Amino acid sequence: MSKHSSQLNMFHPLSAPDFLPLRQLQALQLQRLQGMVERSYNYVPLTRSRMDVGGIKPKDIRSLDDIVHLPFTVKTDLRDTYPFGLFASPMNEIVRLHASSGTTGKPIVVAYTQEDIDVWSNVMVRSFAACGLTRGDIVQNAYGYGLFTGGMGAHYGAEALGATVIPISGGNTPRQLMIAKDFGSTAICCTPSYFLHLIDAAGEMGIKMKDLPLRKGIFGAEPWTEAMRQRIQAESGIKAFDIYGLSEIIGPGVAMECECQAGPHIFEDWFLPEIINPKTCKPCPDGVEGELVLTTLGKKAMPMIRYRTRDITTLTSEQCECGRTLRRIKRIGRRSDDMFIIRGINVFPSQIETALLQVEGAMPHYQIILTRERDLDEIEVQVEVTADVFSDTVGAMEQLEQKINKSIEATTGLRAKVRLVQPRTIQRSEGKAKRVIDNRKM
Amino acid sequence: MKVKQLSLFLENKPGTLSRPMQLLSKAKINILTLSVADAQHFGILRIIVRDWEKAKKLLEKNGCVVKVTDVTAIEVSDRPGGLADILLVLEKAGINLEYMYAFTLKRESKGMLVFRFDDPDSAIKVLQANSINVVDSIELFKRLEI
Repeated sequence: MSKHSSQLNMFHPLSAPDFLPLRQLQALQLQRLQGMVERSYNYVPLTRSRMDVGGIKPKDIRSLDDIVHLPFTVKTDLRDTYPFGLFASPMNEIVRLHASSGTTGKPIVVAYTQEDIDVWSNVMVRSFAACGLTRGDIVQNAYGYGLFTGGMGAHYGAEALGATVIPISGGNTPRQLMIAKDFGSTAICCTPSYFLHLIDAAGEMGIKMKDLPLRKGIFGAEPWTEAMRQRIQAESGIKAFDIYGLSEIIGPGVAMECECQAGPHIFEDWFLPEIINPKTCKPCPDGVEGELVLTTLGKKAMPMIRYRTRDITTLTSEQCECGRTLRRIKRIGRRSDDMFIIRGINVFPSQIETALLQVEGAMPHYQIILTRERDLDEIEVQVEVTADVFSDTVGAMEQLEQKINKSIEATTGLRAKVRLVQPRTIQRSEGKAKRVIDNRKM
Repeated sequence: MKVKQLSLFLENKPGTLSRPMQLLSKAKINILTLSVADAQHFGILRIIVRDWEKAKKLLEKNGCVVKVTDVTAIEVSDRPGGLADILLVLEKAGINLEYMYAFTLKRESKGMLVFRFDDPDSAIKVLQANSINVVDSIELFKRLEI
């Protein structure tokens, strides 16, 4: 008997699929996959045309292995069909829209039917249950509410679990700490770097984190490290759990760590994972590092077939001590494209480019430097000064800095440090310029 | 009556002023006068040299961002109130001054002021109408090299 299996009977009833025997799980997956492919083929023109070109029909999906015959979906597909082109449901069946930042000024739109919202709540209940939350817990939800999926996703899940939700949303650190103390929050949802910021702020306000009733943190929406987990746990006395998700698939709740803290379990009954070599696109066996590709098995409004997440990880089928049969992924440390995540926001270098272009005359060489200072992510954009924009007066140059700053904030929502540098000081690598230097030591 | 000034962008890091100086030194270009303006994240070096075109080419070839600006040089007697009198004239005429710097001539008891105006032509008119000695580049270089 593994040491956690004795706790099996106290798991939430909705967590039952977490423990399905492999054969049963795969049967369920195949049945759902076939339905989803059929639906997508019938209602999504892009899927239909791609499958037609590949000479594959929904009935050709006879086993889970047949998934390799299906075409991939990539982020630009969502952009190219903006806003509603990938929807498989009519608008009168869609009850919610969310959006996340895309490669240009336009966001990427995702849709949910009521059934989709129920699936999302289901996986979020199972996520919270996996790390040991129950009815009676007070969940301070510091993910941002709004178009971002984090806030609402965690909210609905915590409510469905029967926990008490504090929908505080992100920001306003002193108020977060006051509420945590006065309301007696037992769990918090936010980005790991924001929680580290809370720890520091608490110290400055004379609040001892260890005296608070807070005991669990559900952290996600940005890459983090085992060292950060150790620091969070040592300094705050809580247990820190890694939650994984992305709007294109559903939002948070695609995968979640159990109490063993041994990497997030993918809720495979709803999301079918594959690992591929990002260069050759060939599948990798479990245990081999590659790009995570996800297929939604139950999404009605916006089915995703073989969505390339660009997240680099490995999939492990080793039995977890918790008894879950769901495979686990390794913490996401890097991505296969140059998108980066800062303060929970997805940013593409091309967005910074757009911002620079919008500033009069400026499309110079630039570089993005990411650092983590006092556990908060900082972004610095270095811009080479060209003769076109250079002025001999300090005022004009400071105005240029401000213009760039505002433009970056308008396109990405981020406040960046802008630093003007001399021409040819930014390194040119052969071929593609290295746009992002990530010094966040993760 | 205007004098050409070269402005260089200086990144805020060690060695950034030294590099253009080395370049000019090697090319034996003498700097007649200079000033450095410093902002929070960067600086602007302003220099006056005799052969500004040669200096500009050299600096640009070596990766500097260079801008040519017309500035106005004014000779003033080196005594208390020398600058104050001129500023009063400019103020009365509503002439806007971007920045200025000053230096004294070694062998004469004269000060030389370099002004950067928004509109140098009207500024020069006003100054000359008030009998202020605006110096052109030839005259300036001559005095600097006595």
